[in-house]
Amino acid sequence: MSGVRVLVGTRKGAFVLTSDGKREKWDISGPHFAGWEIYHMKGSPADPNRVYASQCSGWFGQMIQRSNDGGKTWAPMGNKFTYDGVPGTHQWYDGKPHPWEFKRVWHLEPSLTDPDTVHAGIEDAALFRSTDGGQNWEERSGLRKHGSGPRWQPGAGGMCLHSIIQDPKNPERMFIAISAAGAFRTDDGGENWQPINKGLKSLYIPDPEAEVGHCVHHIAMHQARPGVLFMQKHWDVMRSDNGGDLWQEVSGNLPTDFGFVIDVHAHDPETVYVVPIKSDSEHYPLDGKLQVYRSKTGGNDWEALTNGLPQSDCYVNVLRDAMAVDSLDSCGVYFGTTGGQVYASADAGDNWKPIVRDLPAVLSVEVQTLA
Amino acid sequence: MIRVVMPAHLRTLASFHGEVELEVPGAVTVRTVLDALEERFPMLRGTIREHVTQERRPFLRFFACGEDLSHDSVDAPLPDAVVKGAEPLLIIGAIAGG
Repeated sequence: MSGVRVLVGTRKGAFVLTSDGKREKWDISGPHFAGWEIYHMKGSPADPNRVYASQCSGWFGQMIQRSNDGGKTWAPMGNKFTYDGVPGTHQWYDGKPHPWEFKRVWHLEPSLTDPDTVHAGIEDAALFRSTDGGQNWEERSGLRKHGSGPRWQPGAGGMCLHSIIQDPKNPERMFIAISAAGAFRTDDGGENWQPINKGLKSLYIPDPEAEVGHCVHHIAMHQARPGVLFMQKHWDVMRSDNGGDLWQEVSGNLPTDFGFVIDVHAHDPETVYVVPIKSDSEHYPLDGKLQVYRSKTGGNDWEALTNGLPQSDCYVNVLRDAMAVDSLDSCGVYFGTTGGQVYASADAGDNWKPIVRDLPAVLSVEVQTLA
Repeated sequence: MIRVVMPAHLRTLASFHGEVELEVPGAVTVRTVLDALEERFPMLRGTIREHVTQERRPFLRFFACGEDLSHDSVDAPLPDAVVKGAEPLLIIGAIAGG
C-alpha cells in the first residue's frame, strides 16, 4: 500500500510524519536530534530508506546525519566542509571584502540515481558533494570560483546556497541558487557554472543587467519538464522556459509577490504554488490570513486557497525550503510555518488541515512518496 | 586515567552516558586530551574545536579545578589533579541562546 513520509526540520529537532495513501491519519516521531537546528532533511530518490539530515548548533557546529531505515535510526557522518584552495573573499553587507567562512549546511540534495551520492548547499555559499554516503565531502569549486564570486553578497539570512535541482533528463545539468547572488547552472556535471539571472529585476540593484546580486529565495522544477523553472525571488515570482537563460515575471494577480517558497504540482507542470508574504520587512501573510496561491496556468493567473487555513490573526512565515509535494494521485501539498504547524492538502490545495500544530519553528519540509 | 565531562548534547552525539575516561599518552594538555577524546569518538571532530584551525568553538569553555582554562595555551600542562584523575576536565557549553 502506498504511503507518505514527511520530513520536517525545525529549530529544535527533526520530526518524521508518516501516513498511508489516504493521508488522513498521521504518526509523528521525534524530536530526533532534540535541541539542534535541523535545516534540512531529504530522502534518496534511489533508496527511500536512505535519508540525510543537516544538524547544526551555535555551540557545536555542523553535523550530517544519515538514516538507512527511513528516519527511525540515525548515525553521524562526516562534518568536514573545507573550501577548495584559498577561499578568498566575497562582499559583506557593507560592500567590503569578507573572508569566505563555513557556517552551516542549508540544503542536502541526494542524487537521483545513487543513494551514496549527495550534494550539500552551504553558507558561505558553495556546493559540496559526497560520493560515500556523507562521510567525506569535496567542494565543487567551479561554482565558487566563478569570476563573480568576489561580488556575491549575503542576504539577510546569510549567504546561503539553498536550492539544488538536478535535471532528470541530463545528468550533466544542475541548477542552484544563492541568496543573494542569484541562480547558476552547470551543463558539465559541476565543473563550470554560468549565472542565469537575465530578466530578473531587483530594485536595489541599479544595473538592470546585473549578472549577480539577485536575492533568489527558491527555485522549483517539474521532473517531466526540466527546461522550465519557477522562482520565488525576494520580490517577484518568475518563470524561465529555457533553463534559466531568460526569466519573465509571472506574479500576475498575486496580492503581494514577496515570499519564500515555490513548488510545482507533481502531475501538472503548469500548476504552481506560492505563499505570498506581506513584505521584506513584515514576514507574515497579508491581513493575518494564511493563503496558498495556486496558478494552473504556469503563473500570472493565481487563485487563493484558503479552505482549512487560518483566515484571521495569523502572523507566521513559511521559509524557503518548507514546502513540498507528494506524487500520489491526487497530488498532496505540504508546508510548514515558523509557528510550528505543518499543513497538508491531499487534493492539490483545495482543502487543508494541520498534520501537527505545535512543533518548534519549521525550517524545512520534504516529502517522500512510498510504494 | 584522564576524566572528561562533556555537555549533554555531545554525550548524546557520542552515544555515551556519564564521564569519559581516557588514556592520554605523553603530556596531558587540552590538546592531547581532545586528541584522545576525538580518537575515541570520531563524531565529535569539529564540534569542540574547528576542523581546520583547531580553535575552540566560541560557545565552549574548558574548566578544571575551579579554574577557567579556556584562554590558556592548549599546550599548557593541565593541573596535577586532572593528570592524576582526581578532577575532571570540564567542557562547558555557554549558557546562551534560546
